[in-house]
Amino acid sequence: MTDRSYYLMLAGLVLLALVLFILSLTVGTAGIGFFVSLKALFSWEDSLIGLVIHDIRLPRAILGLLVGATLGLSGAVLQGFLRNPLAEPGLIGVSASASLGAVLAIYTGFSAAFALGLPLAGLAGAFLAVLAVRAMAGASGSTLTLILAGVAVSSFAAAMTSLTLNLSPNPFTALEIMFWMMGSLSDRSMTHVWLAAPFIMAGWLSLFSLGRALDALTLGRDAAASMGIDLKGAQRRVVFGVAASVGAATAVSGAIGFVGLVVPHMLRPFTGSVPSRLLPASAIGGACMILAADVLVRFIAPGRDVKLGVLTAIVGAPFFLWLVYRTRRDML
Amino acid sequence: MTQTPLLATRNLTVHLAQRPVIDNLSLEICAGELVGLIGPNGAGKSTLLRSLAGLIPSAGDMTVSGRSGADLTLAERAALMAYVPQEHEIVWPMSVERLVGLGRVPHAGAFALRRGENDRRAVRQAMERMDVARFAARPATALSGGEKARVLIARALAQETPILIADEPAAGLDPAHQIALMRTFRSLAAEGRAVVATLHDLGLAARWCTRLVLLNNGVIAADGLPQEVLTEKTMADVYGIRAYFGTAAGGPVVQILDVADQAEETSGAN
Repeated sequence: MTDRSYYLMLAGLVLLALVLFILSLTVGTAGIGFFVSLKALFSWEDSLIGLVIHDIRLPRAILGLLVGATLGLSGAVLQGFLRNPLAEPGLIGVSASASLGAVLAIYTGFSAAFALGLPLAGLAGAFLAVLAVRAMAGASGSTLTLILAGVAVSSFAAAMTSLTLNLSPNPFTALEIMFWMMGSLSDRSMTHVWLAAPFIMAGWLSLFSLGRALDALTLGRDAAASMGIDLKGAQRRVVFGVAASVGAATAVSGAIGFVGLVVPHMLRPFTGSVPSRLLPASAIGGACMILAADVLVRFIAPGRDVKLGVLTAIVGAPFFLWLVYRTRRDML
Repeated sequence: MTQTPLLATRNLTVHLAQRPVIDNLSLEICAGELVGLIGPNGAGKSTLLRSLAGLIPSAGDMTVSGRSGADLTLAERAALMAYVPQEHEIVWPMSVERLVGLGRVPHAGAFALRRGENDRRAVRQAMERMDVARFAARPATALSGGEKARVLIARALAQETPILIADEPAAGLDPAHQIALMRTFRSLAAEGRAVVATLHDLGLAARWCTRLVLLNNGVIAADGLPQEVLTEKTMADVYGIRAYFGTAAGGPVVQILDVADQAEETSGAN
């Protein structure tokens, strides 16, 4: 893989993301024409079309971009850091805990009483998960304790979520919780964007700074340390970066599976398997996948509101199966 | 020796699982030396190398290039010494050239993706020295065990450090590449660097190292020129073996013959 073909691929992905972003602004149940939508985007006149574009579709597209890039990037970082192609953003327990926070907000009525109650509760859940994981795995710096702590936190959060569902006072609350957990970007406002964006950006910064460490880790922990990589510091940056970005993303969109697992796999061959090069590619690729899926749910069943997380799982799982099949064939 | 050692330990002690694996070990290694670290299984060879590389905590003093080991940051240490682990771990199917290029990681900034002319020269030179340049574009994971070993040594050579520490670098190499490896180490030493390598092949160690350190139960059992360290007594006491010692083509030759007590039985039968 030469430098040139790598940068060409990055440019291609950026172009694709741009096209999908525009598509996301111009496709929807309101049935507004393509050029009318674009014109409304750049005008600030009070009109119904302007309202739809600015207040409904624009936040949805921006969140798609942010959430997708977060999932792709953190998946690539975790696979590189744990040197395991099966790692995914939910591994350290942040997604499950953010979900639990949000579910509790729905259950208690906090989300109905206060517009930002749900994402704030999600963020609080993610924050608590990090404290727990850090308390258990912080000192040793071993990746095994990190994974075990993540599994423990995830299982506990999942159990508490089940308990909440179990105890929900009426079927409507239970249904609301179920639907929220499927993961979606519909009916989000610019306030959601402003709430999540700072955490997501801070997380990205932390994750993007890991490129050199991930490259060195290709040769194992001892070799990486002998090349001057501070493994404990790297683990801190991984946990903070994933927690801040994935926690905030889950808090606004719900848990969206498979993107963080599949996208790094798809793009790794195009980066010469160099972990640092996979980071930007996987981030943009994740954004493309979420934006595409979010446009697709509007086409498949207009008006039925098919959840984004359901679609990514339906498409992602067979695709992953195919990847496993192909990898197995390559190994034989 | 009057020159200041590149690498020195005084009363180095390393505990693993509450057991002392290296016990009060003092060692000085100077520029120009190719030190073969030998000893039976469990003698503490790998542990000594890992503590010298700063990968495991140790008690006692260590100086690297005249500086206290405790004061060195990881990055500073990486500029002074390269380390080749015993395990040939390569996770991703990266090309050989990129993998060798990882040796330049200590010399790059956090976000650096592009490499300079000096980096390219170091990588090219390292690949040529280990005879891996001809499969520069192949994925490193698809190579044979011996080829992988050479690629990983080339990676450490690309780091261009005054000190090179290698754990079992000759394991898995064919005879020609073993000799090429020892010749490369000798020329690195001649350039004024210090090379420390654990070796299991005593014949190879005897013939190519400028100095041997025989480790047994975490202490130095013998230290000096190969012919001073490899004697009938040390072979019997430390390894429990009997060997043939000779000279050929201007260098010492060691060939292991039998296990020590087995030898007595044989001589008794005769």
